[in-house]
Amino acid sequence: MRRAGPRVFAAGLAAVLWTGGAQATETVTVGSKAFPESWVLGEAVAVLAREAGADARHRQNLGATEITYAALSSGAIDVYPEYTGTIREVLLKGAHADSLGAMREALARSGVGMSEPLGFDDAYGLATRAAAPATAGLRTLSDLARAPELRVGFTHEFMGRADGYPGLAARYGLSLRDVRGVQHELAVEALARGGLDVIDVYTTDAQIDRLGLRVLDDDRGFFPRYEAVLLYRAELPERAPRAFAAAMRLVGHVDENAIRRANARVAIDGASVHDAAVALCHDALGVDPADVAPAPSVASDIARNAARHMELVGVALLLSLLLGLPLGIAAARSRLLGFLATSFAGVLQTIPSLALLALLVPLSGIGARSALVALVLYGLLPIVRGTQVGLTTIPAAITESAEALGLSSSARLWRVMLPIASPQVLSGARTSAVIGVGTATLAALIGAEGLGGPILQGIALRNTGLVMQGAVPAALLALAVDAGFAGLSRVVVPRGLRAAGGPAQ
Amino acid sequence: MIRLEGVTKHYGGCRVLGPVSLEVSEHQTLALVGSSGSGKSTLLRAVIGLVKPDQGSVEVAGERVTPATVQGLRRRIGYVIQHGGLFPHLTAKDNATLMARNLGWARARVEARFDELSTLVQLRAAVLGRYPSELSGGEQQRVSLVRALFLDPDVLLLDEPLGALDVLVRSELQEELRALFRALCKTVLFVTHDLAEAAFVADDIAVMRAGQVVQRGSIEVLAARPADDFVARFVRAQRSLVVSEGARP
Repeated sequence: MRRAGPRVFAAGLAAVLWTGGAQATETVTVGSKAFPESWVLGEAVAVLAREAGADARHRQNLGATEITYAALSSGAIDVYPEYTGTIREVLLKGAHADSLGAMREALARSGVGMSEPLGFDDAYGLATRAAAPATAGLRTLSDLARAPELRVGFTHEFMGRADGYPGLAARYGLSLRDVRGVQHELAVEALARGGLDVIDVYTTDAQIDRLGLRVLDDDRGFFPRYEAVLLYRAELPERAPRAFAAAMRLVGHVDENAIRRANARVAIDGASVHDAAVALCHDALGVDPADVAPAPSVASDIARNAARHMELVGVALLLSLLLGLPLGIAAARSRLLGFLATSFAGVLQTIPSLALLALLVPLSGIGARSALVALVLYGLLPIVRGTQVGLTTIPAAITESAEALGLSSSARLWRVMLPIASPQVLSGARTSAVIGVGTATLAALIGAEGLGGPILQGIALRNTGLVMQGAVPAALLALAVDAGFAGLSRVVVPRGLRAAGGPAQ
Repeated sequence: MIRLEGVTKHYGGCRVLGPVSLEVSEHQTLALVGSSGSGKSTLLRAVIGLVKPDQGSVEVAGERVTPATVQGLRRRIGYVIQHGGLFPHLTAKDNATLMARNLGWARARVEARFDELSTLVQLRAAVLGRYPSELSGGEQQRVSLVRALFLDPDVLLLDEPLGALDVLVRSELQEELRALFRALCKTVLFVTHDLAEAAFVADDIAVMRAGQVVQRGSIEVLAARPADDFVARFVRAQRSLVVSEGARP
């Protein structure tokens, strides 16, 4: 303790610097699930956090509930919008956490905090067309029980869920005669054209306002509540107090009309998620759009996505080479190993990429790691094959000359065999890289960043422009990678091999 | 210096070599002749360990060729094949110096040895930087010879080294090889199907047929007292003009 002075001073200085640094740059990463309402709410949190001076990032469209919640648990994101019904049915399944208090308590045990409700309920509901004569008189679900002749189209999920049609029919004593399973978008179209009288909707669906639908009142309180809340990491309020406080401004201020308008802006008007979020903050909280930091430009978005994309492909290619070269060498040396290695890599190649990603999630989690594993496995075959073919097609006169010189087997491999096989190895790597650029777009499905993000969002919104923001750069990248490898082969492949057009003699 | 005893080799149940016993003493040049498929190349390849005999033993420089000794022995043997077997990704010079560089020779030593040998085999300076695909057949064989001689081996094995060359280049190289063998005092085993060439470059000739040595001796002995009808026909098949010229000491 006698010499403690300088150490205490140093620790104090470090603490000052650390807290000073933390205050200057509060950072928060917001996540959102795989549908537009979640994107808008997530973006709204990011907008508010930025307005409060934080450096906020929004990782939009991470995936389904499990994936997004896993991202929160792992710390990949700090906060994301969720629904009480989902928390109860999916995240706390079996925990019998029915009240908000019980849910909060159960979540706290996992280090997750839950805000008070934001102010709207995104539950199931049944909708009719207000203007249609057949249903003009319907106001409540009890009214529906008295009109069994109506033509009804329900989504397959709604027909199957306990908190869907089966429970509803039991509660209200419904005996509808004409109920069919219809995909949601088709049901909406059919309702609008008069082909159906009643369909199931989410109560915040943008189509409700657009088509003048009427959501029947759940007068016996059957549908469970799906109140929107924010889930956040328990340490967030301490680590980023200003950003946290800014996010909490949404609590109690987003009503059903506000979120429905926001949904309509994205899904119907084709507005960007950022613009819809800014409008929502204006509607709900009176935030002046002029105060909001502008969204990153489309160009910088594309550049960032492309950079992350190439990072993923590049690292995967490197690992594929590190793994594929020894496999290819082993395959060239022994017929059995060759058979095993190419069969293994070949079987991997035949697994649909979507299925491979899904299989990897339980093993290596969501995000870039699983995507990387998948890309490495996919990239393996062309490299193993290229190496094997390159090595086994070297003429015997050459391999025997190397042996007869007295070169050790490793010197033969590195100084003679691999250089002569380099054109084939390189062309394997080239194929692997081009496949990688394409496959990496699917990585967005499991929450990895890259050019797949805008493609998936674009598909969900039927927004071709957004799809193009991912697809066009991905295609250009593939071309660039291909051309890059052509250039590389001019540097890597020894001139003697090019002049001869391959190992001659 | 090279000794084979009771060596046999089978491929797929078919005997391609032996039993053969053969000795080449130090500084001697022995030419192995015979028709295609008579086992000449297989015998040569058994000496350098590229073919593992089913039976019998092979000794080089007093040491038996085994998996444990073969790598060290190969560095004391120079080996030249018909098309040179040059590495396509290396220049002429890099081909010739690869083994020495790989053994960690000092740069100056490599350069000096290379200059010495390329002068010896009359390799033009202009071709040193070229790749094998850019060399003529004769140039390829000269480079291959420099590569084979680089570590100053005790033994030189040549497997039809001039077989693919046109007649003028071939006769020029025959003369050079004869001079070289005499100047370098190596133990040389030279495989050719051409008796005239054998007689020209070597003092001693072994005739092979169906995997066995049927007669060994100078060209005069082979011509005057053929061991059997095959040797007699083999000698007669060569043009007399060439035979008599080759026979001149």
